[in-house]
Amino acid sequence: MIPHALRRILLSTALFAVGAGVAYAAGESAARSAILDGYAAQAKAEAPIFAGFSADRGRALYLGPHAGGKADTNACAACHTPNPAAAGRHAKTGRTIEPMAVSANPKRFTDRAEVEKRFDRDCPNVLGRACTAAEKGDFITYLSGQ
Amino acid sequence: MTFPRRSIAIGALVLAAVPALANPFERVRPVTHEPTRKECGECHMPFQPGLLPAGSWTRIMDTLNDHFGESAALTPDVAADIRAYLTGNAAGRGDGGLLRITEQPWWTRKHHFRPDVWTRPSVVSKANCEACHRGAAQGLYEDD
Ligand code: HEC
Ligand code: HEC
Ligand code: HEC
Repeated sequence: MIPHALRRILLSTALFAVGAGVAYAAGESAARSAILDGYAAQAKAEAPIFAGFSADRGRALYLGPHAGGKADTNACAACHTPNPAAAGRHAKTGRTIEPMAVSANPKRFTDRAEVEKRFDRDCPNVLGRACTAAEKGDFITYLSGQ
Repeated sequence: MTFPRRSIAIGALVLAAVPALANPFERVRPVTHEPTRKECGECHMPFQPGLLPAGSWTRIMDTLNDHFGESAALTPDVAADIRAYLTGNAAGRGDGGLLRITEQPWWTRKHHFRPDVWTRPSVVSKANCEACHRGAAQGLYEDD
């Protein structure tokens, strides 16, 4: 039997924790939307026919396989694992990589500089060239729905 | 009468030799520099500065554009900050001409394993210290 006063405290702490969690998640999704908006503007500038991002194209980019990059990393999935909700493993160093799917890892795609830095490194490895803004947006759109 | 004197002399020699024999790499200071932890801990664990001499760190930081086949390029100010931390806390010994920890003679002496050990799915690379040393992130490499 939990005393009444204590129960009130416990309940309000729980509510506060839930509220804080929601606010935090909202901040993350706002940050992600802002990054996507930036890529959409860039994609329109690169190609005026740009008509929005596609999760299907993002999935194809993620799963590969692609020619042009390095043989041992011919897909994003080579390190990020074919199941984006699962933890990945760096193909060369063996280090664990946290899941890419936003549902499994809500921190994903919320730090613009970090996201740009990794596209700059990972796209040449896999594709042998930089990713376009449209590809970046497709990729994030696919993983946001996973 | 020479016997006790000799044994004292030998005892002193042994004592003097002990610190030299203890492996200075079995416990190294953990990484305390946040930019190093973040930027050098993405693709592999952030290696402790005490695992390599300053010469090796300098060469690694000079060649981040082609870092073992990857680009680990950083903005100049971040790179300078990390370089100062790594070289300022580097090991006092080791071969500064060798880039890798896993090529240092002290390391290869301790890691004479069957070749298939390195290709195990749980290991993948010699540089995956954490696969075998649970305390690697804290700089603890004593036999466990
Ligand atoms: C050689 C291994 C490897 C390959 C192949 C790879 N990545 Fe990565 N990726 C990483 C590592 C390591 C990280 C950083 C660790 C982390 O964010 O958990 C990362 C992080 C990212 C991030 C940052 C996400 C964020 O939330 O900040 C993006 C974006 C990314 N990768 C895109 C891609 C794309 C696109 C491809 C395929 C074209 C790809 N990666 C292929 C290793 C790889
Ligand atoms: C983009 C991914 C990436 C980043 C970022 C990165 N590294 Fe590496 N690093 C690698 C790869 C790949 C290897 C080679 C692993 C192998 O051969 O098993 C490596 C190897 C090393 C080694 C040699 C390991 C051995 O075999 O002894 C050192 C030392 C090292 N890195 C230091 C650094 C430092 C310092 C930084 C930060 C300035 C850094 N790395 C950032 C990918 C990266
Ligand atoms: C495949 C497993 C494996 C990997 C990967 C590995 N080690 Fe080891 N390491 C061992 C074993 C086993 C020993 C003990 C060998 C002995 O005592 O003769 C050892 C010994 C050592 C020692 C000596 C410890 C002592 O008490 O003298 C150091 C230091 C060390 N390792 C550092 C590293 C570092 C740094 C890395 C990554 C760059 C690494 N190891 C990667 C298995 C591994």
